Amino acid sequence: MGVKCRKCRAILVPPRNVCPHCYSSGFDWIQLSGRGKLLTYTIIHAPPAQFQAMAPYAVGIVKLEEGVQLPGMIKSARLEDIKIGMDLVVDFETATPKVWPQWPRYYFKQP
Amino acid sequence: MSRKPLAAIVSAGLSKFGNLEGLYSREIFAEAAKEAFEKCPRLDPKKDIKALYVGMMSESYEHQAHIAPMMLDWVGLLPIPAVRTENACASSGVALRTGILAIMSGMYDIVMVGGAEKMSHLTTTGVTEILAQASDFPFEQWHGISFPGIFALMANAHMHKYKTTQEQMAMVAVKNHKHGALNPKAHFQKEITIEDVMSSRPVAWPLKLYDCCPRSDGASCLILTKPDIARKFTDAPVYITGSAQAHDTLSLFGRRDFASMTAVKLAAQQAYKMAGIKPKHIDLAEVHDCFTIAEIIAYEDLGFCKPGEGGKLVEIGVTSLDGKLPVNTSGGLKAKGHPVGATGTAQAYEIFLQLTGDAGRRQVDGAEIGLAHNVGGSASTATVHIFTRAD
Repeated sequence: MGVKCRKCRAILVPPRNVCPHCYSSGFDWIQLSGRGKLLTYTIIHAPPAQFQAMAPYAVGIVKLEEGVQLPGMIKSARLEDIKIGMDLVVDFETATPKVWPQWPRYYFKQP
Repeated sequence: MSRKPLAAIVSAGLSKFGNLEGLYSREIFAEAAKEAFEKCPRLDPKKDIKALYVGMMSESYEHQAHIAPMMLDWVGLLPIPAVRTENACASSGVALRTGILAIMSGMYDIVMVGGAEKMSHLTTTGVTEILAQASDFPFEQWHGISFPGIFALMANAHMHKYKTTQEQMAMVAVKNHKHGALNPKAHFQKEITIEDVMSSRPVAWPLKLYDCCPRSDGASCLILTKPDIARKFTDAPVYITGSAQAHDTLSLFGRRDFASMTAVKLAAQQAYKMAGIKPKHIDLAEVHDCFTIAEIIAYEDLGFCKPGEGGKLVEIGVTSLDGKLPVNTSGGLKAKGHPVGATGTAQAYEIFLQLTGDAGRRQVDGAEIGLAHNVGGSASTATVHIFTRAD
């Protein structure tokens, strides 16, 4: 989900409290489709400590249908099959972390 | 000179860069300061220097915040005012700019600027953890992207858009090691081959170990004065004729073009305008090659070539020591090293040496105008400075 600024209609993902374009604080929640295309990616071989067990893994930046761009891990695709321009959808982990930010972790997978 | 300079550099100092075992950042900074003071006998540091601006990326390496008074103490300059600037890898580029602003304000005639970082005592994982803080916590760190991963995303985009090759990126590392081998203070003074780079272990595809700069300890500093009093202190001042800073989003993911760094383009445009010159007037440059791709993109963003032609520029040797526009004669971040907070003013140190004819075996003959390009994070901060030799 993202937010849409009531004043200037900008879509903000992640949601914010103050619109950086027009400084309004009036937002409406909007449901994003979660579908997008891969703009660029990399395969991490030397990860930060908490991700050691998962290496190597792919991360990329996806442009969603609504125009917003998001980064994330690309899962359930073979590393060699990942291509710029491929279709991906957002999915969520089941557990929500206790520490900030308390968002359920999302990732990308093939549709 | 067509424009009035903003400030003058009358002296500069640089510590050895590398794994300086047993030394704290304050001691390494004192080493750099000592060189700057010794090279400028007409300067009385305690009487003349009125403020200090020092950059350092992280308190986490040494568990030490509040470094401004600490550095003053270690270089014997208490109780003058001091400020620590933090803009990730552009911390001392920003310290330099801040010192220039201080002089231009008329408040101080003479200031010291510099930077330092102590990183080698931690493990690679430990350093990776801290460096990742230059990227966005919830959206980049949290997804395990890692800092090399950020530049790998840019590298892949550049390869996809312009057909830049991994071999061209490797040539940047080879060139900078060749230069570093001529620099007695460089972290690495050994030449490497393209094959060495291509066979080094993958870090974040397409970046391999030798596409990445090392973690180093080191410090650098400059003594700046008002332009019209510089000759009281040295017969060979270097004038700063352009100084600009610009920013972009902290995180990479929202940007329109991953193959270019907008903040660099903006800062460069402003700096060229201030100095009254164009990119073709630059005789040599120190650019921020934290990863090989960053140097290729820098050529394009600084206007040394058209977008997409950065790979070709290094391939045909334009930016080698004997080329038309030598880049990173110091060895760059790759070979000279990257003690994060020290890098910005270390670049200026190299330009200072070059423009005063003091660069020894890596001297670029007749160099008159130099440029330093210092970037923080994924160029969420960018500073560009232009330096001109005294007449």
